[in-house]
Amino acid sequence: MKEITIISGKGGTGKTSIAASLAVLAENHVLCDCDVDAANLHLLLNPYIETKNNFWGMPRVEIDTTQCNQCGLCEQLCHYGAIKAGRVDVLCCEGCLVCYHACPEAAIRLVENLAGQWFVCGTRFAPFVHARLGIAQDNSGKLVAQVRKEARALAEKEGKELIITDGPPGIGCPVISSLGGTDLALVVVEPSLSSIHDLSRVLDLTNHFGVKTAVCVNKWDINPENTMRVEEMCQEVGVPVIGRIGYDPAFVAAAIKGKPVIQMVSTVVEDIINLWHCMQRELGI
Amino acid sequence: MKIAVSAAGPDAGAPAEERFGRCAYFILFDEQGNLLEVINNKGAASAEGAGIKTTQVLLRHNVDVVLTGRVGPKAMTALSNAGVAVYTGVSGTVAQTLDKYREGLLVPVTEPNARQHSGVKESGRVVK
Amino acid sequence: MIISVASGKGGTGKTTIATNIALALSADNRRVAYIDCDVEEPNGHIFLNPEIEDTREIFIEVPRINDEKCTYCGKCADLCAFGALLCTTDSVITFSEFCHGCGGCQYFCPVEAITPVPKKIGKVEKGAAGDIKFARGCLEVGAALSPPLVDAVKSRVTSDITVLDAPPGTSCPVIHTVRGTDFCLLVTEPTPFGLNDLDLAVQMVRTLSVPCGVLINRAHHGSRLIEQYCQREQLPVLQTIPHSKRIAEAYSRGLPMIELDKQLENDFLQLYRDIEELVANERNNHN
Repeated sequence: MKEITIISGKGGTGKTSIAASLAVLAENHVLCDCDVDAANLHLLLNPYIETKNNFWGMPRVEIDTTQCNQCGLCEQLCHYGAIKAGRVDVLCCEGCLVCYHACPEAAIRLVENLAGQWFVCGTRFAPFVHARLGIAQDNSGKLVAQVRKEARALAEKEGKELIITDGPPGIGCPVISSLGGTDLALVVVEPSLSSIHDLSRVLDLTNHFGVKTAVCVNKWDINPENTMRVEEMCQEVGVPVIGRIGYDPAFVAAAIKGKPVIQMVSTVVEDIINLWHCMQRELGI
Repeated sequence: MKIAVSAAGPDAGAPAEERFGRCAYFILFDEQGNLLEVINNKGAASAEGAGIKTTQVLLRHNVDVVLTGRVGPKAMTALSNAGVAVYTGVSGTVAQTLDKYREGLLVPVTEPNARQHSGVKESGRVVK
Repeated sequence: MIISVASGKGGTGKTTIATNIALALSADNRRVAYIDCDVEEPNGHIFLNPEIEDTREIFIEVPRINDEKCTYCGKCADLCAFGALLCTTDSVITFSEFCHGCGGCQYFCPVEAITPVPKKIGKVEKGAAGDIKFARGCLEVGAALSPPLVDAVKSRVTSDITVLDAPPGTSCPVIHTVRGTDFCLLVTEPTPFGLNDLDLAVQMVRTLSVPCGVLINRAHHGSRLIEQYCQREQLPVLQTIPHSKRIAEAYSRGLPMIELDKQLENDFLQLYRDIEELVANERNNHN
């Protein structure tokens, strides 16, 4: 079984549209959305939910006011300023549990924390796993790990040979969690200075973790010079650029219709098909 | 000598688990293959550092050898520093995995064989 | 006045809007600071070209074990919620990349064998772009702990008007950026993606009790998707910027929008006046 993870340093480069299009082209696969903060892939797949599951985050701490004698030790020990006037500010709490262990009155207790949900779905293309992290919840990395685990289990159960994963933006914890053990990271980049700047950080990251990486330039004709720069930059670090996709309002039109861009009448269809063939070569499938 | 096998279920007939840090159970055996104990891996619930927490669980139970699938670099650092021998290549059930180990068919590892889950450049600092 | 600029979705033009607001205000002789809180992928400098005058490294405190005192009791490893310590029979190994700097191990060690030592998680740079004060945070590649860095960069410069450019999403680093600001401007685009993520962002901002309004970027004719949502949610739509390939091209070269179109400069000043009014109303309602 192989896994492709589609990432981009910067958001909005067309990652999800490309992932959905690959979902149309690939056969015998499972789809997985690891952008648990702001999942979007489901908007293009029209999924029907088969199972809905709770994701329990790290337990939260709560102060039992009937036991608390206001000694102030918890407040003094908290490095995150999360306890003020006998109340825990959950938005500041890192979950270190120092207050819980330290309270001399045992007035701090742990409460269960429903941090989000994950879904196993059917779509017209392939089985699909995605998740939604609650607002202001921590642990996105752990939920990403959960989603990937379910996608893998589903693929094993149904004899699928490929997992296509839509990754989160950035280079932080959820991205790191999305990359571990994947077979190919496809970085989608735009020829804008911001995107190029982010590309170098993403390539540092994939290199750091030793993940096989390839790059695809979306909207390349917005700025052909910058596209060249991307290609030179990639060449320097030995990362292949395996696709160029033209600028086309069809991306937006397809999103509004709720379908992958490859199902539109557009010049980019051929670009994406070429990209897919190159990815197959990279993966050896 | 205590041998731990990473397992998806709480008995010797359960499938052996590929993952080390996030596996649900460890089944402990002695050299003769007698089942000693089933450990519920509390380390798996850790948001971060599950491999380290899991190693700590094994150390608490004085495990000498662990049979598993993928071990990340940090867990590997932890295990090797703690003197736990690691063998990979689990497949089938826990009992079958143990048999394979006793027949010498499992591969001992000194290098981590799973990509790390979180970032490091420096390896764990060892204080001796 | 502190304005945070956020959006659930990445790539909606948050940085473009935040930098252009700062530039327009500065051109109007207002004292303004721009702070890039997207520490994972800071981009504001591309549009503002600041001169960096001062760099400060940001550290958290991680444990160091004093082996002469340590009894290998394992209490520190048991208490650590992040799996950053491992206790064997004759050593304690620290995995500082997991450490969140909570100080618990040090506090609970019964023999005082743990001392805190600094570990770098990133840096904060300070400077100026013309009359605009500038600061940004930059997370170390491979480091997973961004909120302390966001807090550090936020407090680095102040001015009459401070514009905070938030990271995308609705997770911890975004919350650390938006909390405590006077107003949050949510940038979105009129696509189902934009709408989906705007809704998440609105919920996030509401948990923080920060007043907010919406800016629709890359608007095209015919789509009332966002307007309808905003009406339902009683959110003000403060500005609409039409979709234009010309702006996209300028963006790709790192050129600010307001250099392209003088009208936009006035629009951004008006946007600021509208925000000022909303914030004033909000305050009056509270008093």
